[in-house]
This record gives sequence, structure tokens and C-alpha cells, in this order.
Amino acid sequence: MNNGIMVLVEHLKDAIADITFEMLGIGRKIADSLNVPLFAVVIGKDINKHLPELGIADSILVVEDEKLEMSCPVTIADIIKSIFDNKGLSIVILGCTNTTAGVGPILSSKLKLPFLNFCKNMRIEGDSLIITNQLFGGKILSDVKLEGKRGIISINPGSFPADAGKASKVAPVEEIDLSGIGIKNYFKKYIEPEAGDVDITKESILISIGRGIENADNIGLAEDLVGLIGGAISASRPVIDQGWLPLNRQVGKSGMTVKPKLYFALGISGAPEHVEGMKDSELIVAINKDPAAPIFNVAHYGVCGDLLEIMPVLTDKLKEKKS
Amino acid sequence: MKFIVFLKMVPDVIEELKIADDGKTLDSNWIRMKLSECDENAVEEAVILKEKFGGTVTAVALDAPELDDALFNALAKGADKAVKIVGEWKDVRSPAIAEIFAKYLRDNYPIDNQTLILSGSQSIDDIEGELVYYLGELLNLPAFGVITHVDYDAGQNRISLVKEFAGGLRGEFESEVPAVIGIQAAEKPPRYIPIAKIRAIMKSASIEEVEIPLDGIPSGAVIDKLFEPETSGKAEMLEGSTDEIIEKLIGIFSDKGII
Repeated sequence: MNNGIMVLVEHLKDAIADITFEMLGIGRKIADSLNVPLFAVVIGKDINKHLPELGIADSILVVEDEKLEMSCPVTIADIIKSIFDNKGLSIVILGCTNTTAGVGPILSSKLKLPFLNFCKNMRIEGDSLIITNQLFGGKILSDVKLEGKRGIISINPGSFPADAGKASKVAPVEEIDLSGIGIKNYFKKYIEPEAGDVDITKESILISIGRGIENADNIGLAEDLVGLIGGAISASRPVIDQGWLPLNRQVGKSGMTVKPKLYFALGISGAPEHVEGMKDSELIVAINKDPAAPIFNVAHYGVCGDLLEIMPVLTDKLKEKKS
Repeated sequence: MKFIVFLKMVPDVIEELKIADDGKTLDSNWIRMKLSECDENAVEEAVILKEKFGGTVTAVALDAPELDDALFNALAKGADKAVKIVGEWKDVRSPAIAEIFAKYLRDNYPIDNQTLILSGSQSIDDIEGELVYYLGELLNLPAFGVITHVDYDAGQNRISLVKEFAGGLRGEFESEVPAVIGIQAAEKPPRYIPIAKIRAIMKSASIEEVEIPLDGIPSGAVIDKLFEPETSGKAEMLEGSTDEIIEKLIGIFSDKGII
């Protein structure tokens, strides 16, 4: 059976996540080339306000319940399985995000269908759907054929244009009956981010440090530059996990999405989880020792070198110019 | 409490990765293996939980190059037992690894209401998704991922977990025990163990080997080919002496109105 494709609409608190439109855009394209319908599936509570944004789908399936505020992946997988079986679907598209994490593997176990993670591209070739995945922190790509064009795919944010998933049309809405699906609820409450001294999403210059900074003492090199050209210090995950900077300075998947005028990436390798949070910066300059670091695939300018040598000279030169 | 931590070795991406002649796998001659970063955090969290609530930590991993070092390291950090699982399987990914670990548990490690299963929340080669959820399905236990904090209420025998979402937003979850927990980051960064301590452990402790046969291990998705990302049209690389590079950088900042 090949009766349709579904996209799991991703929303967190009161907003639809951008990844939803990326998924709807590529889902629309694949659905059109296979000549099958595209379903947008929305699961949660108070979700009706999101429906007008999902008009690019042929049909919107709504699963609403108080208990579904932040459902666990097992419950979402049970709901999708029920829809998949009833509608005779062939492809499920999910976001590769923390919010949806777990739905793919659990659904794969329940449906006995392959699940492919970190999808960066997908295309139809003959009787197969070919999925391109980003592996090893973005250093290697893989192509996997989904035989019979059946499977579950999770998409890396930033892989497809979000505009292609937006339309001014109105799609018919169908409410899905939840009876027969046991809702497991483990969620207690949201923990809001602590307001820090700096909101990195509002800074026009970010000097961003990664593992290449080597130790906390070297953060001074970035601070010196901030002292000269302004802005603030942000960081990739390893620096935050070491406890060298607070959580509100983290850029990427679990952290903030930033679009400064200058994003100066120092010793950041550029794993997909980081890139999704900074790729839309106006100017990206990266220094990294590794010539194959994926950060050079998104940066406008790159320097292959040791930031611990380059930064002191750069700040000295800038000081000279200033005086 | 009984904490069991499932571990996996992955290629160190700091090193150059080369694709093997078959075009479908990495060239093992070029790979240096290391413990997956989230798994390293899972070991740390298990040891932190043992220190807080008492119990034992068992570290279990699939055989791989450099694995013994990683297991002795876990013992030096505070794990009580290290187990290496050997078998005929090759290039196994999450669904198959979960099956192997579930078989290990069935025969060697009875799960009771004092058991917490930990592993890394994700790894860089999770092409078929994260291990913890496959394991949860096989064991019929609740599974949680992207966890950065675990607390245990002995009176209620329940755990409280903090999960990361996006933009700094986190969520609190509560579950019964046993459960499967995917650690994203431990409460504290993984502790440093001096090499002398690891050497001492290598003399005093040993790694147990358990064989898990190939039967019933799913083969998983077939990779058609591996390739390197195209780099065309990307960063303009600034070259020359350090002084020349810096002049160029300052020129760019100045042109763009940054300075």
C-alpha cells in the first residue's frame, strides 16, 4: 500500500517550530511525485490555533487532549501507528529535534519499518526513496535506499527550505478518535531558561567558542576581542557541558538560534546540532585547526590554524588600529 | 540501586575519516575509536547516582578497538564491574545493538524495581536512531532521552528527570523504576582520572567477557554508499602568514562595518 505521507507537526509551548514547514515542504514534493496525499498530523492540547498554518497538506489530522501537552514518545508513536494503519500510509516524516526524539525508533519497532535519522536530503529514484543522512558530526554523508518507498525519516533542521511548506490554502481537518490508545504521561512541568546577563539572540556580534579553546583560562582570548569590537561570547555544547559558560550562552539544538551580523566561530567543528543554531548569521568567520571541519561548509571565510596563536595577534593588531 | 550503563565506541571525528574501498564503510585503518561522548557522560552520571544513593554500577559495551581502555577508565571512575560483549555480528547499529544488550540482560542481569539502565542519549553514527528507545521497547520499559539531570526518591521508588528541549527550555519528567535513561550531559563534566589510577585498576580488576550469538540480531538498514560533503562554494579560506591572515580578517571586519 502506498496511500500517503504524513508529517508530524512539531510545536513547542505555543509556537509551531520552523522544522514543521521544512518537513511539509519536502513532504509535499515527495507526495506530488508519488501522486499520494500529504497528511499533517497535530498532536497536543490547545492546538487548533496552529491549523491555519498547515494548509499545504491535503488533510490535517488533529489529535487533541489535555493529557497530550508534552506526550512521551511511546504515546506519540502509538497514535501515529494507529493513523498509519488506518490510512494505509507509507512514509512518516519527523523532525530530528529534542522535542520529537524517540518517536522514530519506537515507531520503527512497532511498525517493523526502517527508521532513518539525520536526513539532509531525499529523492525518488526508480522504485526507491533515497535518503541522504549526515553522519559523524557532519563529516560524512550516507545514501540509504528505502525499498518500496516505505519508512520513517527524521529530518535535520535546516536541510530543506521552510517557505516550500507554507501555503495560503485551507486544508480539511479531521479529528482522530483517541479511544483505544493508552496515554502514558510522565511530563510534570516546563523549566524556563534562567534569564542571564546577556541574551545572545539579541547581540549583533557573537564571538563563539568551541572545544578548540581547550580550557577555561583561554576564554580570556575571546573576552579580549569582545572588549575591542563589542558583542558577547557564545559557545557550542562542549564548552557549556564543561561548566565554563552558563547554559544561556549555548548556540545550537538545545540552545539558542542566533542570527548576528558577525558569528566568529573559534575552535568549533560545526556539527549539525551546532550549525542549525547559527547558519543564518549574516557573516560567519571560522578558525579551526582541522581543514576538514564541517564549519568551513557554512562559514563565509575560514582560517585553518590555531586560534590560540591567532587570537592574541588579532587583538594586538586591533588595539594598535584603535590607538 | 543497580545502575547498568551500556556503552559504545565510535570513530573520533577529530581525526580524518576515510571511506573504505567498498564505498559503504569507513576505512578502519584510519579510524581511532573513542567512547561516544554521551556515553562518557552516562558513565559519569551512573557514578554520581551511586555516590548519592548507593548501589553498584555495571558498565557493558560491545567489543571494539580501544574498548578495554574505556572500560578500565569506567572502573577507575567508580564502576564496580565491566563487561565486554563479544560475538560474530558486524557493523551493528541501534536496533541490533539494543537486541544484543536486551539478550545480555535476559541471561545475565535480572531487571528489578531497583534497576536503572543508562546510556548516552545519542551518538554521531545513530543512522537508525537512538539506542535507548529501541531498548525501552524491547524491555517494555519507559525510555527517556536528552536527559541532563536525574534524581531518585527512594521512599516512592521514583525518578525525576530533566530533559532539554530547545532555546534553553527544559522539562521535568517523572517515572517509576525500572526505566531506561539516555544521558545527554551528566550533572558534572566527566571526571578526570590520572593514568596511574587506570594502570592500577588494570592490574587489580578484570573485564568479564560474555558472548552473544548472532541469532535473531536484525540486520538493519543497508547503506548504499558513503561520501564526503561537497565543499564547493563554501568558506573562502584565508591563507598566508599569521600577520597576513590577520590583515585579511581585519579587512573583512572593516568592509562589513563590524569595526
